[in-house]
Amino acid sequence: MTATTSGQVISDRQQLAYIASQAADARVNVELETEGMTLNIGPQHPATHGTLRIIARLDGEQVIWAEPSAGYMHRGYEKLTEVRSFPQVTALINRIDWLGSFANEVPFILAAEKLMGIEAPPRAQYIRTILFELSRIANVTLFLGDLGVQLGAITPVFFAFRDREYALNLIEAATGGRFHPNFDRIGGLKDDLPKGWIDEAKATMKKMKQFCDTIEDLLFGNEIFQIRTRGIGVIPKDVAMSYGLSGANARASGIDWDLRRDQTLPMAWDKADWKVITHPAGDSFARCWVRLQETREACSIVEQLVDNIPAGPIMAKVPRIVKVPEGEAWVSTENPLGEMGYYVVSKGDTGPFRVKIRSASFNNISITPWLLKGVFVPDIITILASLYFILGDIDR
Amino acid sequence: MSILDRLRSLIGDSIADSLIKPSDDLWVRVKPEAWRRTAQVLRDEMGFEYFCFLSAMDWMPSPFGKSEDDPTDEAPPRDDTIKQGYAGGDTRFQVLARLYSLKQHVGIILKVDVEDRGAVDSWVPVFAGANWHERETWEMFGISFTGHPDLRKMYLPGDFEGNPLRKDFPLLARIIKPWPGIVDVEPLPGAADDEQEGAVAE
Repeated sequence: MTATTSGQVISDRQQLAYIASQAADARVNVELETEGMTLNIGPQHPATHGTLRIIARLDGEQVIWAEPSAGYMHRGYEKLTEVRSFPQVTALINRIDWLGSFANEVPFILAAEKLMGIEAPPRAQYIRTILFELSRIANVTLFLGDLGVQLGAITPVFFAFRDREYALNLIEAATGGRFHPNFDRIGGLKDDLPKGWIDEAKATMKKMKQFCDTIEDLLFGNEIFQIRTRGIGVIPKDVAMSYGLSGANARASGIDWDLRRDQTLPMAWDKADWKVITHPAGDSFARCWVRLQETREACSIVEQLVDNIPAGPIMAKVPRIVKVPEGEAWVSTENPLGEMGYYVVSKGDTGPFRVKIRSASFNNISITPWLLKGVFVPDIITILASLYFILGDIDR
Repeated sequence: MSILDRLRSLIGDSIADSLIKPSDDLWVRVKPEAWRRTAQVLRDEMGFEYFCFLSAMDWMPSPFGKSEDDPTDEAPPRDDTIKQGYAGGDTRFQVLARLYSLKQHVGIILKVDVEDRGAVDSWVPVFAGANWHERETWEMFGISFTGHPDLRKMYLPGDFEGNPLRKDFPLLARIIKPWPGIVDVEPLPGAADDEQEGAVAE
């Protein structure tokens, strides 16, 4: 029985019987077609980590076409680097992935050092690695808390914001900046570690490991979380590679690849014992799970390295005004969000001729038009949350 | 067999120039007509399955220098010779891309010459991830990609004119307001100005 707008009740038994017979007969598909609708998510939406706008065409609850629209935060860093000197560039690139900012500085400084043919002294390499991993911890901690919020669980984010502060305090104590350390220098670091920092770091790492346990209990064991993430947004291995997915997103698709392990850089990752975490499933759950395990590994890297920091200088011999010889260099590192690299071209000047910034989120998000096709509306948020992007890292 | 030798045996006639820096990287410049085929061969035959990035280079030195000139003065003469980087080149613009082999853990940087406002073949049929990178390169340099499914602006507003990463595109923020610290416009207190005033009073 259906009611029309005029209140008249139509009882078309014949038609109902016909529909029922067709529905019972599996050969005929009774589709309730709805008119297509365009759903606009963002740019101001809590799930967009900044200002990403997603335009989705819906058919009922299902997405038939989705396209992210970036550029609301494009700051033109590639152009700005061309009018700055090498040491000034680190202040800019701090702001690309603002949650793991020290990690942004490292590949650029390594590229400049590669062009100059110098290497930081071992002590600086160790401290760089430790701070790099601390920014990973600070970054992924927020991801783990935020993940809960996007699925409707409010508790994890409070734990995350509380415990991330421990890692940030540690970074601040060493570098002077909570978010934007601007601490890495060509040839080494700005300062040595302050007194008592190593003990503090060890205590903090214990807390961060506890935080991982808490989140695992709160979220990963949660039935709702599992239903909402398992089998949602599956990225097969070959698709991940052709889109250039990196970091935890690639490792969750079963790609056993970690730039910390698979390339030789003047950093101290090979001095610690840790493992690369992969997951074969490729779904949202796998991506979240890999990130959680990686935070644990990062804590263990820091714990191992702080005990073995060699003595010595923290700066190599570098002239006061840095002129980088002519050449081209590519250096990428395994940042919290994935592979972050800089293609630095120098013409023998004090500043770079051109810097191509290859940021992880740009590639990671470029998969969304493919990935969001056919998913349901609530899963858009889950998938975006699990892909984990920072807007500054997309727009640069 | 080294990567370059293997690539030579597969597409030898298309390689324009190459450069190996041991324990660093490998640069290969290919001829424009072989741009897509190179990607195809590298992916299918040589295991370079991972698409890292694609961008472009403008080798012309900026006519504005480092945008540190005082806008009231005449611009100093600047060297404007176009000099390409590793693996050479003949044109002002070059498209460059990087692929990575997850089996051998080695990368390769590919370059191709392209005319000003010219076009090269799109990589989207080979690497789906090239889509956004080509859109970005198109809007930032004005280089178009033949066969790209959806060449639209990525970051800039639709009615934006110009291609910001070209060297002849001025960084307006620097031109309307000189970089502080380089152009010292205010005289120090107690310097020349005061003395002059004193002279007038006398």
